[in-house]
Formats: sequence, structure tokens, C-alpha cells
Amino acid sequence: MVRTMDDPAVVAIRERVAAAAASGTALRLRGGGSKDFLGRRAVGEPVELGGLRGVVSYEPTELVITARAGTPLAEIEQVLAESGQMLAFEPPRLGAGATIGGTIAAGLSGPRRPWYGAARDHVLGTRIVNGRGELLAFGGQVMKNVAGYDLSRLMAGAMGTLGILVEVSLKVLPRPAETVTLVQEASAAEAIERLARWSGQPLPLSGAVHVDGRLHVRLSGTPGGVAAAVAKIGGEGDGDQFFDAWRELDHPFFAPTDGGDTDQLWRISVPPAAAPLEVARGDGGQWAVDWGGALRWWRPREACSEQAVRAAVSAAGGHATLLRGGDPDGEVFHPLAPGILALHRRVKAALDPAGVLNPGRMYSDL
Amino acid sequence: MVAAAPDSRPAVVDRDAAPDFEQILEFTRNYLNYNVLQSISRIFRYRSRRPGVHSWGGGCASAPFSGSLRSHQPNPDRAEERPVTSARPTATGELPSQDRGAARAARQAPVVAALREILPESGVLHHREDLRPYECDGLTAYRRLPLVAVLPETVEQVQAVLRLCSRLGLPVVARGAGTGLSGGALPPEDGVLLSLAKFNRIVAVDRDNRTARVQPGVRNLAISEAVAPLGLYYAPDPSSQIACSIGGNVAENSGGLHCLKYGLTVHNIQSLEVVTIDGERHTIGGPALDAPGYDLLALMTGSEGLLAVIVEVTVKLLPKPECARVLLAAFETVESAGTAVGRIIAEGIIPGGLEMMDNPAIRAAEDFVHADYPVDAAAILLCELDGTEREVEDQIDQVRALLEDCGATEVRLARDDAERIRFWAGRKAAFPAVGRISPDYYCMDGTIPRRELPKVLARTEALSREHGLAVVNVFHAGDGNLHPLILYDANQPGQLEQAEALGARILELCVEVGGTITGEHGVGVEKIEQMCVQFAPAELAQFHAVKAAFDPDGLLNPGKAVPTLARCAELGGMHVHHGALPHPELERF
Repeated sequence: MVRTMDDPAVVAIRERVAAAAASGTALRLRGGGSKDFLGRRAVGEPVELGGLRGVVSYEPTELVITARAGTPLAEIEQVLAESGQMLAFEPPRLGAGATIGGTIAAGLSGPRRPWYGAARDHVLGTRIVNGRGELLAFGGQVMKNVAGYDLSRLMAGAMGTLGILVEVSLKVLPRPAETVTLVQEASAAEAIERLARWSGQPLPLSGAVHVDGRLHVRLSGTPGGVAAAVAKIGGEGDGDQFFDAWRELDHPFFAPTDGGDTDQLWRISVPPAAAPLEVARGDGGQWAVDWGGALRWWRPREACSEQAVRAAVSAAGGHATLLRGGDPDGEVFHPLAPGILALHRRVKAALDPAGVLNPGRMYSDL
Repeated sequence: MVAAAPDSRPAVVDRDAAPDFEQILEFTRNYLNYNVLQSISRIFRYRSRRPGVHSWGGGCASAPFSGSLRSHQPNPDRAEERPVTSARPTATGELPSQDRGAARAARQAPVVAALREILPESGVLHHREDLRPYECDGLTAYRRLPLVAVLPETVEQVQAVLRLCSRLGLPVVARGAGTGLSGGALPPEDGVLLSLAKFNRIVAVDRDNRTARVQPGVRNLAISEAVAPLGLYYAPDPSSQIACSIGGNVAENSGGLHCLKYGLTVHNIQSLEVVTIDGERHTIGGPALDAPGYDLLALMTGSEGLLAVIVEVTVKLLPKPECARVLLAAFETVESAGTAVGRIIAEGIIPGGLEMMDNPAIRAAEDFVHADYPVDAAAILLCELDGTEREVEDQIDQVRALLEDCGATEVRLARDDAERIRFWAGRKAAFPAVGRISPDYYCMDGTIPRRELPKVLARTEALSREHGLAVVNVFHAGDGNLHPLILYDANQPGQLEQAEALGARILELCVEVGGTITGEHGVGVEKIEQMCVQFAPAELAQFHAVKAAFDPDGLLNPGKAVPTLARCAELGGMHVHHGALPHPELERF
């Protein structure tokens, strides 16, 4: 494999960005297209990144994989599985085309996140092309590295607005030897209370979702450790299918209804022990609790005032993303405090002074 | 919510207070204090020497002792200090000429007057003897007196101080416990040293959400002690954890012995309250597991005080593992020990701690703490497995078999907690143990891909011979973080310079094999030249642009962490970045 810096595709990206910066042309970054629905409407000339493919290096005993950003997530997971390893943040693919670059740029993490960390926690290094068309390397392929500002982790969840990921190095972990899923009957409030109690104990939790009056708990670890935890927690045994579907937002809870403006899906991040939310008047709708309490999913029965939802969520110490059914030209992500927004603008200008990388994809003025 | 508990031992005691006997006893029980004791004994012997690079105490306010040591400090040889690199301050300890003193006083007066409008009189220090405790951090070879030191007690005072610095264009350096090892808290000669020592309260503990809100001057270990009754703890455990402050941990992204499994500081904090140089207060992160917008929390962590001043930290707490067992394995070669580490991980086991020591380190530690280490082994591995009883049970036999299969000549399982603590005592005492066999030592902090360990150790040995200085190696084997300790004697002319030259070569070797110049100690002033080796000019320029986004006038901790491009050019290194020579069109000989 040619070195990343010599890869004609990378050279082409650099030239493309440099020209765009010179002319002030907005660029719309695209990997596999699986997260096109996420965030605000993308504008500008498309830059296809799916061609930057291939695992650059993978040494299972080092617990590090390095891959070009356009490498399909499925391919990475396949390579890791062959060595009994995994991406511990359990990223949702949300489509066959998902790439590792898009996964990190979107910064989404699956049900395992509270106990194993988020996408950003597993980023060790990146090579990016910044808004000046420069190829830059930050971080590295080692677990501990405090040389320079951590611009690698800054890329996670930045939706491509700070740089084009061309290569990422991620920490990987062994797949647990044993995984068991249990189901218990519970109300949302009971589930949140149980989860707060269990999370304070050394239990091998790897997933906890409450939906439709049932609490689904996943335990992963050594056979003995899981067996002991099963005895302690109790509940009915269940297969792996629930969490596999949940991770992909493939569970019936997420299924679109008749479409139209009322079909909203909110992703609400709160302190894990927060009581069930009442975010708007007549908030019937359907709720689910994920991340051991720290993530709440809401499908309102009827369209509601975004402002009111956000105010209620802010009051609970959280933030809300309108994952589906929002106005792509409105704000999709939770508004930032004015001081923080000002810092965001300056950070954006530091990496992309001409503002050509995915402008407006995350917030209207970034 | 449970009741808020103040950190019972403030990070910096009143400078006039007598040394607390209890504190000294506590120090004697912990390895890191060995150097302090060594310094005290040196002082009492009035032995004329220049303090070693990695010498705790030695006159500086390293952690709880601050002023108490200072008052005993004759240090008659200070005037002999000489600059070794351009970053090293010129002799700051000697009495300056009257002219210099007058110029300094003239610069000081208006600053002191302005600060006194913001802070109580006791919170503004400007007499030379009052400033002495702040002249360095744990990297004691670099010393510099600040123009003035301030000890604010409220966030509003911090904001006012920063606004003032911004208005007057004064450099300002934040300082926690002063235990850093890279000179990150070295004061600005013409500016303000901002001590956060008075921010020493645990504000709140939230059991149900498993977080603690703490002020930045709270000691790392004090957090775990405060939440122990809830069965919780704060995971990162840098070796200085009895003394170092959480604000400093965030600034340096500190690690510890359990990083591979439990992560670094960046993985274990949830939000920060910070004040930027313009005096604005910001909340970075939040009470949920993630926050909207860019991950400024990651950017702030490890930024070495260059972007903002941390005034509060919300840390994540974890349930304490039910049990921990430790295995000690001896090997005839470093290679076989390295192979064993790879095999354990390939088997799907992530130990809570996995540490390696080479023969000189084993011998030094054994002589010091009598941990019953096998002193003839080329290397030992300490492997701690933690989790529930059943999990640990499941893994112990598996790991033991792997170690034996990799050629371990001996594998011991600590029978009880007392033996487990003894096994660890040797490793934890490795630094002070080395301090006993050498007048001074210089601690390096590179990280390498683990597979490169045999090569790096062999090359280090060759470099050690070339420079005529012995090197002892301790290694966080799980995460590839190598701490070579270079032994030298600062009283022998030229040895410090040799030690620094050897250290630089070792760090460059780490970069060459795909690693980094610093795994957990930070760049500070110490490794700033090696930054030119690790990063290309465009990358350094990007760092400067990010810095300017927060601090356009470059007043926060100037001259640290990121070198100027001019400085790298001056060094004139033929540094190879990403396998490409600069100006490949030119012939090189």
C-alpha cells in the first residue's frame, strides 16, 4: 500500500481543498452516505471520500488498528472479529455503506458506550486535511500520547467541519468471552433506579435499554463473571438479537410511522439517573431509555415546539438532537451557550479559515 | 447527593506553618517522597550540590510542603547554576545586581498595586523569599522567579486576575500542586504565577450519577478517599497521586498504572469550568455523557495550561473492583517478557495493571524495599487482574499458564493483600530506589508500540554506553509507556548536559519507532525541542492557530508545550517527518 501522503487520492483531496479555500467554494464531504440524514442540510460541491480504502496496519497484540477513512466499517469489524477483537464503542452503522471516517466524524456510539467509552475515547490518532489543504498528523498509534493538543479527538463528532479525515488509528479491545442478555419487567422509573444501583457496583454491564415496559440488560465478560452477575441481577434470558437491532436503530421502536412532519425522533442525552423526562405538554409519545439511563429516545405523538423540548432538556442538565423529522435548514443539534459558540467559531476558523469544509452541516454558523 | 466534603489536606500549606509531622510520616510511607527526604537530608548535611533534574523538593514548593522546606533551604551553590539550554533560566537564585533589582521593583510595583485591588493582601506575593516556593515544579533544574504570585480564592478573583493580565499584556502561568515533571508550571519571569492552591474543596459527590465536582487544587487521591464509603473511586492514579492536584492532572492528561484498562484523565472527566484569558467563564462538557458541539473537553485535556485556566473539574467515578490479584513473573530475557505481554493481550485479557522492570530496576527496588524480587531475572512482569471474584478467578490460571509458556522462570501469585501490596511496593518505589543508587536521575517518558520494546531497549543500552551514563528502565508494559531513568551526578561537570543529550536521543528513538516523546508527563519546557522532531512545521502552525483561538495574545503559559517554528528552524534539525525529508530536492550528505 502506498503511504497515505503519496496516495493520489489524498493528493487530489489536498489540491481540491486548497483550490476551494482560494475561491471560497463550499465542499460537502461524503463517505458511504449512511449518515446523510444526520445533522443539517449539507451544501457545496460533493467530495467523495469512499475511495480512500484499506486497513493500513493492524497488530492485534498492540490493540490498535489504522485504516484509511473510507474503509467500510463492516470491513474493519470483520478484520477485528477474525482476531477476536472489536470496536468497543459499538458504532451504529446505519447503512451498508458506513465508513470508519464517517463513523468517527459523526461520533455516534452504541449501547456499550457508558461502560466502554464513546467513539472519541477510542481515537488514538488521525491524519487530516485541514481547510488549507494541508495534510497533518495528530496523535499516533500508541495508547498514551500527550504531545501537542489533542486535535485527533477533536475530530470525533465534528461532522467534518474541522478537517477531512483521511486516516484514523483506533484503540480496539478483545471481544468478551461470554455475553448474556436478560429481560425484566419494569416501568421507566424503576428501570432508571435499578440501573443507577447496578452501575455503582462492579458488574460486567455492556448494555441496558428500557423500552415497552421491559428492561433489557446485557452482561459481558468471563463465563464465571457473567454467571455470577446473572445470578445477582436475575431476569429472563434473551438472545443477542435485541441489542444487535437496537444498535442499528432497527428495533420497531424506531420504525417510521406514516411519515410527515410528526414523525420525529429525538436523541436526548441526560445525566444517567435523571427521572423520566416531561419535555412538552401532552408528551404522550413513546420513550426508551438507553446507555444505562444516560440516553433517552423520544418519538412524540405529534410535532412539538423544538424550543420547548430543548428548554426542558437543558433544565434536566442534558442536550437534545433532532435525529429525524426536523427541518434540515433549522438547528438539529442543541444550541450552544453564547460563549461556547464563540469558541467554536474561533476553533473552526483556526482549522478551516475559509470556512469551506461542510459549512453549516453541524450548526448554521460553523 | 451526599454532603460535600472539603479536601482535608490543602494542596499547599501556609508557607509559615511548621512542617506537619503527620504529613512527613505519610510522605515516608510513600515512595515519591523519598526524594523529598533525600533533599531534606541533603539540606541538613549542607552538602553543596545542585539539585537533580528529577528531584522533588529541592527548594521548590512541590506539593504539600511548599514553604516549609523553603525556609530550611540554604542551597549555597545556587549561584553556580548555569544555563544549559536557552530555555533554562539564567541564575535566578543569586542576588541580582542592584540595578536589576531596581528594574524589577519598578516593573513589579504597578502590577502589585493593580492586583491588590482584586485580591486580599495575603493573596499577592512579591517579595523574593515569598516567591521562592514557586520558582519551579517537579522538574527542578529549571527555575525562574515570577514577577508576582497570586493566590485567588474565588472564581471571580481568577477572572479579574486574568482580565488584568490581558489588559496589561502580562504572561500568566497557572499552577496546581507543582508536581509536574516537564516544567509546565515554570513561572514567567515577567508575569504572574497563578496558584490554585486555595481551590481545595470537593464541592459535591453525586452517587447516583457517579460523578464528583471538585475544585482544581484537590489532590488526586483525596477524591478516591472521599468517595470510598460509596464503593466508588477515581481511576487515573499517577504515581504522584497523594500530592498532585486534579487540575494539573487535566492540564497534563495524566495517566498512571491502570491506563490500559481504565483510560487516561481524558476518559475519566465529564466537564470543566474554565476561565479564558479574557476573563470569561465557560462550561466545557456537561452533566450528560456527551455534550453538543465540538469535543472541547478533549482539546482542553492535556493542553498544559495554554488554552484556559481550570477552576472546577467534574470527574467520573467507577465502582471499586471487587477484588484484585497480582502475579509476578521472572524472565531470563526482556524479549520473552515482552512476548508474554503480547500473548496475554492476544488471549483477550486486559489486566488492570501490567508493569515491567529491567534487571537494574529490579535490583535497585529490591535493595530499597525488600519486596522479595528475583534479583537475577533480566526482567520481571507484574500483572494485576481485577474485577469480580469470579472474573479474576477465571483469568488467573489462564495468565499463569501463558507466562510459563513464554518461558517465565518463576511465577508467583500474591497469596493475600499484604503480599500483593509488597509486590507493587517495589515497582512503586522504583524511582526513589534509583535515587538511592545515583546522586541524580533524569526520568524520560516516551511511548512506543510494544512490539518495538526489545529494539528500543537494545538501542537505549547502546546510547547509554555512548554517553557514558547508566539507564534503568521501568515500563508500563500494557500501554507501551517507557520510563528510562538516566543516572548521573550533577556535581560532575558536564553530566547533566550528557544526561539531557542522552534523554533527547532516547525520545527521538521513540518517535522513530512510531511512538511519541511523552506519554503522560507533558512537553512543558523540557521536551519542547523534541516537538520539532515529532511534528512537521504545518502541524506546529496548526497548534499555534488553535492556541490563538483561545488566547490570541499568547499570554497563557507562553513558551511551553509547542515550540515556535523559528525555534525549530534554529535547531536546524534534519528532522524526518512522516518519512519525508524537508526539501527532498536538495542533496543531503
